[in-house]
Amino acid sequence: MPRRSLILKLLSALIVFGAWEIAGRIPVSFAFPTFLESMQSLIVMTVDGTIFQAYAETLKPLVIGITISAFFGIGIGLWTGLSARFDWLFSPVFIVMQAAPLAALIPLLVMAYGIGLTSKVFVVCIMAMPVIVLNTSSAVRNTPASIKEMATSFLASDRDLILKIIIPAASPVIFSGLRLGISAGFIGAILAELKITPTGVGDIISYSRSIADYPSMYAAIFSIIALAVVFLNLLERLETFLFAGNNRGYASD
Amino acid sequence: MAPQSAVSVRNVSKKYNDVEALRDLSLEFPRGQLTSLLGPSGCGKTTLLKIIAGLIPANSGEVEVNGIRVEGPGPDRAFVFQDFALLPWANVMRNVGFGLELRGIAKSEREAIAEKYISNVGLAGFERSFPHELSGGMRQRVGLARALAVDAQVLLLDEPFSAVDEQNRRKFQEDMLTLVQEERKTFIFVTHSIEEAVYVSDQIAVLLPRPSRVSEVIRPTSFRNKDAANIRRDPEYLDIVDRIWASLRNYVE
Repeated sequence: MPRRSLILKLLSALIVFGAWEIAGRIPVSFAFPTFLESMQSLIVMTVDGTIFQAYAETLKPLVIGITISAFFGIGIGLWTGLSARFDWLFSPVFIVMQAAPLAALIPLLVMAYGIGLTSKVFVVCIMAMPVIVLNTSSAVRNTPASIKEMATSFLASDRDLILKIIIPAASPVIFSGLRLGISAGFIGAILAELKITPTGVGDIISYSRSIADYPSMYAAIFSIIALAVVFLNLLERLETFLFAGNNRGYASD
Repeated sequence: MAPQSAVSVRNVSKKYNDVEALRDLSLEFPRGQLTSLLGPSGCGKTTLLKIIAGLIPANSGEVEVNGIRVEGPGPDRAFVFQDFALLPWANVMRNVGFGLELRGIAKSEREAIAEKYISNVGLAGFERSFPHELSGGMRQRVGLARALAVDAQVLLLDEPFSAVDEQNRRKFQEDMLTLVQEERKTFIFVTHSIEEAVYVSDQIAVLLPRPSRVSEVIRPTSFRNKDAANIRRDPEYLDIVDRIWASLRNYVE
């Protein structure tokens, strides 16, 4: 089985990159380089170290923002899921945050926090946190009543109930919230670099576009997507490591 | 002369909003025997069982277990759930040991106890399986083993076999007879199956609905010590089944 899925993955990569290469060769547009050209400039940037310098900049707001969002997002989500009063207090904030057009808010953030790291971290958090909070709290609210009752009948304390029943039961949905939140965080980080001050990967993208070095531009975009995919894969590993029974269906279905 | 009571229910009433579930219900449960609560659906038998378990409070009246008034769940009672209420993320070993885990018993000790009860209910070899890998009957054996493992004097079973197929059910019923004799515990067994109640019980309390009250208590005398295979042919067994059906049929829509 793992062999077959590996073959399928390679095959789908081959199809996508092949289509990219063909589209680049037609060419679809003057501004659309081929896959091989883009990979070439990615190699050039890797060899001369530009890409590493860029990521050193980009990863700062990204990592800080995602850490804050994951930590506080899950915390607030648990809290609002467990207590109707805090749900009432906090949920609207995150629903509004999720619906707000972020690009329109950026000037406000810049006015309040300047053009430095703080604003960029905020952008990442605004993108990543709402979905983490909302997923966590709805997962907590939907813990099956019968296993909570079971734990109570076997003398679980409130702490046991949260740590041994509610969190593990909510974990699949919490993790799917994390996956969505982190991918949104990646979008936020790049958006911040394009809209606030051009640094890191955002700088490569906007600079190479301005000098019509399209292969470098696409190489940078490609690298950030690749990084996001690797990151999400690691998260999935973490989930199966922490909750072995999770992705194997449920006793009740 | 009935043996001393392990559980006494005195003048218990319970209302859900305006619906009267139980009215002034009193019943004695003899120690070391199996008592069935039998009645049509909606007659409050599960409500009564959960009041005895301390999972829901009664509006008035009192429940005593071994002379001590029930205020909430306690170590003297263990519950077997209709829908099994297993932890889907935990294997059989952890599920069976879960009651002991909540009591703070060390891992090695609780696994030794769990292992014993896993083999007692006939699941040896499945210790590392997850609930979704087991059949319905096997899942309920896990639920039963979990309740036995905490070594409570009173076992409360809420329609434990209703989600189990007919053949497994019969096997379960035979196992129950052996279990009652070997474990010397008090069993309180909720069921809607007349045959099942008469087959396994030392005492059958027939409940009538709206609001629920005990209409009669039947104690089979002649076939209880016979071989399990012959019970269903015993004239007294057949008489009791007929008599209960005669009194219940008016209440079935």
